Amino acid sequence: MDFRLSEDQEALRDGIRSFCEGRIPVDSLKDFEGAGFERELWGELAEMGVFGLRLPESEGGVGLGHADAVLVFAELGRHLVPGPLIWSHLAAGLVDGAATGDAVVGGLDQIDPDGAPTLVEHLGSLDALLVLRPEGVFRVDPSAVVGKPVAVPLDPLTPVHHVESFPEGERIADADEAFALRRVGAALGAAFALGVCESTVELAVAYAREREQFDRPIGSFQALKHIMADMFVRQEAARAAAYAAGATLDHPEVGDVDRAVAAARICACEGAIKNARACIQVHGGMGYTWEVPAHYYLKRAYVLENGFGSAEAYASAVADSFDA
Amino acid sequence: MDLRYSDAEKKFRGELRAWLAEQVPAHGEPPAQDDWDARRAYDTGWQKKLYEAGYAGINWPAEYGGRDASLAEQLIYYEEIARANAPYVGVNFVGMLHGGPTLIAEGTPEQKERHVSRILRGEEVWCQGFSEPGAGSDLASLQCRAVRDGDEYVVSGHKIWTSFAQVADYCELLVRTDPEVRKHRGITWLICPMGLPGMEVRPLDTIMGESDFSEVFFEDVRIPVENRVGEENDGWRVTNVTLRFERGTAFASDMIHLQQFVRELVELARTITRHDANAWEDRALRQEVGHLSAELDALWAMVKLSVCEAIDTGVPGVGASAVKLFYTELYQRVCEVGQRILGRAGLAREDVAGLPSGKILHRTLQSLSLTIAAGTSQIQRNIISERILGLPKEPR
Repeated sequence: MDFRLSEDQEALRDGIRSFCEGRIPVDSLKDFEGAGFERELWGELAEMGVFGLRLPESEGGVGLGHADAVLVFAELGRHLVPGPLIWSHLAAGLVDGAATGDAVVGGLDQIDPDGAPTLVEHLGSLDALLVLRPEGVFRVDPSAVVGKPVAVPLDPLTPVHHVESFPEGERIADADEAFALRRVGAALGAAFALGVCESTVELAVAYAREREQFDRPIGSFQALKHIMADMFVRQEAARAAAYAAGATLDHPEVGDVDRAVAAARICACEGAIKNARACIQVHGGMGYTWEVPAHYYLKRAYVLENGFGSAEAYASAVADSFDA
Repeated sequence: MDLRYSDAEKKFRGELRAWLAEQVPAHGEPPAQDDWDARRAYDTGWQKKLYEAGYAGINWPAEYGGRDASLAEQLIYYEEIARANAPYVGVNFVGMLHGGPTLIAEGTPEQKERHVSRILRGEEVWCQGFSEPGAGSDLASLQCRAVRDGDEYVVSGHKIWTSFAQVADYCELLVRTDPEVRKHRGITWLICPMGLPGMEVRPLDTIMGESDFSEVFFEDVRIPVENRVGEENDGWRVTNVTLRFERGTAFASDMIHLQQFVRELVELARTITRHDANAWEDRALRQEVGHLSAELDALWAMVKLSVCEAIDTGVPGVGASAVKLFYTELYQRVCEVGQRILGRAGLAREDVAGLPSGKILHRTLQSLSLTIAAGTSQIQRNIISERILGLPKEPR
């Protein structure tokens, strides 16, 4: 047992991190407002292996595991990379061109239909739409989806369509695969949220070291530094849980996979929301402006919180494990 | 990032589990909380059995009789000890987690020879004389005075929160040897035999009404200079070696116990009727227990991660502060759920109508100490924000 990152994993993480730092620094996020997508960036992410990461090398992928994918998605989350990243990653091997970035794949999880209106992310950019149902995985042609774009989406980097109806589509994988995709999707959503937990800590700390009031940096006041200490604890819980989910997906014999994913999902998404809110609070009035990027993190955190099942559903699933 | 145990680690787990399955029932039930002599006998007796089986000092170096187990084996050890409901480290806590490791790191050959092996065998019990009424979170402001007189220190002062003082043989004592220099500079670490002339132990009642800790008064107590650990006035550095041990894996077994406690609370909820159904069918309770359990799973993953990442740094580092902060606050939230499940049965601090209110309330009240002892939650937040996040120090 060695829970540390291997040298290869550190190199993978550092490679994605330096790509993101150079390609989409935080002050470039505003350029993605509205479209929330850029074809050229998509191709570069595919080149980096983001979509074909877990596809076997014999099928043109990178042949890595879930833990590696967790590290990659944490970095994407740290930089709020826009686009249907998780769905396109899940579609590698199921939809031709997903792994290479030639096909942009989005998705909709309808395993637990809840009566809420159907909102589909990034529909305007999609070449294929995956729908997860208890009966299996269905592929739907995005041009056959009836709906209209929401003029003001919550996250300016995540456009959504309000969908009225869409055809059932073609069943491309069975029920087991649908549940498996959802589970991996939840783990990667948690990884992405972990990235949000981390970057909001960095952003808040950097500001609190610079900003002065009462003739000293505001970060020297316990009232503020304790907020950031709590942010760090949430980040560390999310990090450990997300890593454990990846490691357990790779080797199910080490624990309960569903429970590990639920723990990651609950801790990372809640951590992302709480940290993003705290990051705004630390920034004071500036945090409440559009100009300071803190709001992007909070808004994306809410998007993550509502993907691949709700926090309540995961908490209930953990409770159910006591009845097994 | 691999959570799989090797065949050797699995073998270690199997042997330990088999040994515990035999020895734990044979050691009998723990004695009453207020029967200190019986508690000492019970706890040191268990320590002796651990020693004889080669399981004492799991993280201690082999040259001092420890197991020198790998970090993975240590985690297995804490998991199995908790799962078997083995006796708690109890009165051996200070010796095994503070005193012994400090002597190993900083003691003279004679001091090691005299104490280390006896602590490990359960033959010597230690207590801690650090805090004072005027020196809590600001420990370095301590004033218990030691004046050199030939080959002795003459000590006068007042220590507080000293657990196990009633049954201890030795006290790890921090004294001020130089009041003229900056406060961190004038402190010295002494091995103080209990019961010296001029010492008085006065038990202090906790919010549970039990004397779990004491005040210790010193009036011209003479302690040989050879009992000094480290150099004179270098005690603050020596102390920080100990505190790091305390925040490392000290709570690992307790975390597994907490997971078991949650399972017991679920069992309890199944037996209690609320609104014409059993309490475990209550959706809000299930949500809350599910959420807390997810956080407990994350906590245990955090321990694994911080222990493994400490391989690179050598000692359990400041990252342990995040584990301690998360664990202790989570513990209190679990206890609050327990109290709510009990409802009005929790007005009794003894079992009523077959409900375990005595045990649950004992845990609940005791949990209040966790966010205070071994560095309050506020001190942990200072450590995290200043030493990890690099935020500027509060003016002190």
